[in-house]
Amino acid sequence: MSEHITEIVVFSILFLVVSGMGFVAARWRRPDDLASLDEWGLGGRKFGSWVTWFLVGGDLYTAYTFVAVPALLFGAGATGFFALPYTIVTYPLVFLVLIRLWSVAHVHGMVTPADFVRARFGSPTLALLIAITGLVATMPYIALQLVGIEAVLKTMGVTGDLPLIIAFAILAAYTYQSGLRAPALIAFVKDTLIYVVILVAIIYIPAKLGGWGSIFDAAKAKFDATPAPGDGTLLNPNNQLQYITLAFGSAMALFLYPHSVTGVLAARSRGVIKRNMSALPAYSLLLGLIALLGYMAIAAGIKPITANGKADANTIVPLLFDKMFPDWFAGVAYAAVGIGALVPAAIMSIAAANLFTRNIYKEYIKRDATAAQEASVSKIASLVVKIGAVLVILLIDPQFSIDLQLIGGVIILQTLPSVALGLYTRWFHRAGLIAGWTAGMAAGILMLYNVANPATNHAHFGGSAFPLAKLGLDTKMTVYVGFLALLVNLVVAVLGTLIARAGKLADGKDATRPSEYFADEGDPRVHEVELTGSH
Amino acid sequence: MTTPPGDQPPARSDHSPWNWLLLVPIVIPLIPALYNADEPRLFGFPLFYWLQLAFIILGVTATTIVYQVGKRRNGR
Repeated sequence: MSEHITEIVVFSILFLVVSGMGFVAARWRRPDDLASLDEWGLGGRKFGSWVTWFLVGGDLYTAYTFVAVPALLFGAGATGFFALPYTIVTYPLVFLVLIRLWSVAHVHGMVTPADFVRARFGSPTLALLIAITGLVATMPYIALQLVGIEAVLKTMGVTGDLPLIIAFAILAAYTYQSGLRAPALIAFVKDTLIYVVILVAIIYIPAKLGGWGSIFDAAKAKFDATPAPGDGTLLNPNNQLQYITLAFGSAMALFLYPHSVTGVLAARSRGVIKRNMSALPAYSLLLGLIALLGYMAIAAGIKPITANGKADANTIVPLLFDKMFPDWFAGVAYAAVGIGALVPAAIMSIAAANLFTRNIYKEYIKRDATAAQEASVSKIASLVVKIGAVLVILLIDPQFSIDLQLIGGVIILQTLPSVALGLYTRWFHRAGLIAGWTAGMAAGILMLYNVANPATNHAHFGGSAFPLAKLGLDTKMTVYVGFLALLVNLVVAVLGTLIARAGKLADGKDATRPSEYFADEGDPRVHEVELTGSH
Repeated sequence: MTTPPGDQPPARSDHSPWNWLLLVPIVIPLIPALYNADEPRLFGFPLFYWLQLAFIILGVTATTIVYQVGKRRNGR
């Protein structure tokens, strides 16, 4: 530990400065009152282009991504690079969808994706399913942010659970106090640090390793020497379908996550969202370059830290920094990863808390809850969510969270027909959507259960690459589970809708109007209309 | 849910033929045949890596054009 003392000091100072900012954030653009979900949970719905760019960027490109994506390239090569096309495809894909969501949410004061489904399809049951899906998909994601901090602490030789608990306790305290304003303010520091660290890394490290050409050659030599058939610096005929379905499926899933929706709804206007769809790809460039840290680690001869006989590939990026950078700059890099974990963890816990408050508490426990009651329930729920995440990491194998997060991507996709298609069409019957969700969930989990991974000693839940041979096809090709499950979901939702219509099953009432999907900043909101009506 | 406001804002729309441009950065990055090769290299990067990084420009260009065109049409 003593040889890491400079790193630990730099890390601790930056971490404390940022924590202080988290508490001060409550006064940023001081609202009259933080006691409503619009203020605590969405920062007043007033963030402009810059704040939104930092907030959503800090939200989507998490510490775990920065640690795990290079680890994927380190272990398997080209297949791990799917993260780049994934984050290129997602913005043009959701460009027109998100502005519709923003508009209708603005008019009706919606806070969560389930709020929209509730209003659009008039079905509390469907909204509950969407809310639970969001909660289950988000929880392991929060836990994984701890894995990012843990990897850094491990490399600095800091052991034991106490530092992790302290870090999350601080995070919990300022999120409780400041709400979404805290991660929005911290995101500035986090992203500035990350950009600086990565720019230095991609210039400084290749120079020390003999240039980019030799880095790629070293990676190729490593994969050529292993017996595994699926690795290499290029794709092979059997994993190309997996590569593009995983990229496309993940791109569709990204903005269905409740925390992404939170970031989008906090924007001030449609224009802010549109501008961000052009500006957020700057983070994709960063991610693509970060991914290549995995190959730099190969060229630099990094060996992951082994604990209990298992090599922890997530430690390769911190180890690379430790080996290549002077101590003080390695400390800055570690702080970037550590703070990088705080921003998404805060937004995710706020999003999860809002889901609980709006779609479970208000719907099923206290229908006449006031705005202030909603805010205080959400604040407490955000604490519970974080305590749960810490317990999951400390008491259960972190691998459990990684497996769960894999499932998370597959299950959140099952909300696509109700949320994303629902923004465009009211054609689906609520019963059809519920049937489709059920079928997609069952198919997805069954397929994931049947994916084995000998490399990680998994007989089940070994990854998201489903061998088509299991469906009786004579091929070695694999395909992303979420993609197949979504197809099942859509087919059942269509058939279910047709059957429900034929059987004259009662459909829910649509509380939204077509013009509301184009509303912009300054247009009247429904509750404001209600107020003026009652006076 | 409630009675609508008396005077409706003029009908807006997100429709535009320019929106089809968004398909380019969605489809191109999902065709591995375009980039799954080592040569030609650029600054030592195999084609697989530099070309996929270059696709970011496609995404930025398409979303920027669609935004700018929409802004002019709606006069805001």
